[in-house]
Amino acid sequence: MSALAVQSLYKIFGNRADEAVRRLADGAPRAEALAGLPATAAVVDATFEVRPGEIFVVMGLSGSGKSTLIRMLNGLLRPTSGSVRVDGVELTSLKPAALRKLRRDKISMVFQHFALMPHRTVAENAGYALEVAGLPKPERRERAMEALRMVGLTEWADNLPHDLSGGMRQRVGLARALAAGTDILLMDEAFSALDPLIRREIQDQLLELQAELGKTIIFITHDLNEAMRLGDRIAVMRDGRIVQIGTAEEILTDPANGYVAQFVADVDRTRILTAASVMEKPHQVLDVGAGPRVAAKALRDTQTSVVYVTGPGKRFLGTVTEDEVLRALRENRTNLDGHVVTDQVRTVTEDTSVADLFADCAESRHPVAVLDDRGRLAGVIPRITLLSALASATPDEPAPVEPSPAAPAPADLDAAAGKEMSA
Amino acid sequence: MSLREFPLDAALPRVPLGEWVESAVDWATRTLGPVFDAITAGVEALVGPLEQLLNGVPAVAVVAVLAGLGWWLRGWKFALGAAVGLLLVAGMPYWEETMSTLAQVLVASVLALLLAVPLGIFVAENKRASAVARPVLDFMQTMPAFVYLIPALFFFGIGTVPGVLATVVFSMPPGVRLTELGLRQVDKEIVQAAESFGAPPWMVLLRTKVPLALPTIMTGVNQVIMLSLSMVVIAGMVGAGGLGDVIIFSLSQVEVGSGFEGGIAVVVLAVVLDRLTDSLGDRFPSARAQRLAREAA
Repeated sequence: MSALAVQSLYKIFGNRADEAVRRLADGAPRAEALAGLPATAAVVDATFEVRPGEIFVVMGLSGSGKSTLIRMLNGLLRPTSGSVRVDGVELTSLKPAALRKLRRDKISMVFQHFALMPHRTVAENAGYALEVAGLPKPERRERAMEALRMVGLTEWADNLPHDLSGGMRQRVGLARALAAGTDILLMDEAFSALDPLIRREIQDQLLELQAELGKTIIFITHDLNEAMRLGDRIAVMRDGRIVQIGTAEEILTDPANGYVAQFVADVDRTRILTAASVMEKPHQVLDVGAGPRVAAKALRDTQTSVVYVTGPGKRFLGTVTEDEVLRALRENRTNLDGHVVTDQVRTVTEDTSVADLFADCAESRHPVAVLDDRGRLAGVIPRITLLSALASATPDEPAPVEPSPAAPAPADLDAAAGKEMSA
Repeated sequence: MSLREFPLDAALPRVPLGEWVESAVDWATRTLGPVFDAITAGVEALVGPLEQLLNGVPAVAVVAVLAGLGWWLRGWKFALGAAVGLLLVAGMPYWEETMSTLAQVLVASVLALLLAVPLGIFVAENKRASAVARPVLDFMQTMPAFVYLIPALFFFGIGTVPGVLATVVFSMPPGVRLTELGLRQVDKEIVQAAESFGAPPWMVLLRTKVPLALPTIMTGVNQVIMLSLSMVVIAGMVGAGGLGDVIIFSLSQVEVGSGFEGGIAVVVLAVVLDRLTDSLGDRFPSARAQRLAREAA
């Protein structure tokens, strides 16, 4: 069950909108399809679903239609055609009063330029949604203060927005949305007006809050790094169409087309790619119950000097080196118990970013072991693999993309970009 | 040789616009008589008591009240200036006329604003109404002010009422325009924010748009009062009384002295009312917030 589902959504400004939709529906580029029509298409055939509790980022340059798209999600703009379902309720057919109720109960929004009311105090702004809902003043104040506490602004409650810096104002904007208590949060370029350091800080704050609150967030941005940092999944928009939907990694490693590839070319991949996406299948894994002869054979077969050993439930225990295998053979042991050491390889988790792997790789005598969330050996990363992952991640040549274990290769999406992207 | 001698010009149809207007006014006078009588009674009931009140108290008391307002709204310097100016007027022979002009201006302005602000809100919310209102407002503003006096005379006879009503018509347009402008200039994102939290239209209007538009609306209020004052003098021609009478009389008798005195009284009244209403707009929290924002920028 998705928190929010959008199906074949169109927004045409201008006249003869129906004709425009018909022409765009077969996938023709925007400029061609609308030639000669007194209409502009802001959003073309958008289809996607947002899962409860995820941060879904819509990314695109200005004019790509992302701001129009987000305004259709809470009915500030009426779609030309298509469907928007919030918690299963079809929003496009709601009467104004029902639409207002849905906004009060289900969806709140954070705006690019904060959109605080300059004549109201910070607390009055934060409690605005509750005022609309008709709550009594003391309760409003209490919940507004609670929201301000979450964003760390309680001591500014009785100031006017004017007294606050840009970053603080947007935290008030966030508090206002949080105080509304809705499950869905729309964030329209919410951090774009802030300078980079502040932006980073408030991104961190959002991620912290999100870990605690688990809202469903639809976040609009033109900043790819922001998209990659915040988004559980990212939809890339171009000329009104969604050209790709996927995780940051999927978009980096398998760009749907040249446009996306170019877009992601200058991202710092080491921060996005994770251990899971570069790791390799471990060749020499033995159960701790295996005998030393088996271990010796494994070493001979793979011509390496170390065997990875797992215990009950495939949990990773450590390694057995050549020397230890020889010792075990000499001592006529029946299994490897007692010969497993843990100082030969470093272990990391699957979601460790590649940037954080360098130190471990450098200090690990043998390929780094990657463990899944239950402590099982998921893969290994030899130094050379890390280096080649970096090499293929250099800008300019997004072409040589190797399918990684974590990101199964999706179908070729170039052809029918928008349509197949419902993910 | 008149233009009419050109054959082509002579062929142009004659448009008896003046006759049409005349017959329309005739018709209105005959059929709407009771309505006009009621309006006359209403306006008189407003202006009369106010005039009596202003003239029933000592001039010094009026000066003290206005100067006190000035002190509260603008500070002691303005209060002092206003007091000096008003005392000068009180020292001239036309204090009584000044007060009846003040009464007429206040009544006309309040009536004009009662019509203009709601109308301004209506046209700001409604594009089609705005398109209709624009040429009508242009007409009202550019039609020479004297012309309003003629039908007003027909409908309401000689005296204060036609003067006040002609003044209302003449001074309304800036009130409508600036209200509309102020509401349209409110930051769209803030309006969307209010809507996005489910606020109904009346709430968006009264608690968000109007407070934020208030500085501009107050400029409209100020303009309405200023135009009223200029029109009230013209209304002296239909016997509205007050300073208008003084000035028209001086004009017809070529009396420089009394004409100047009447004129000075108008100027003092205008300056005091202008500054008072101008700073009234700054008293609202939204205006304060916006001023702070401007200073910071």
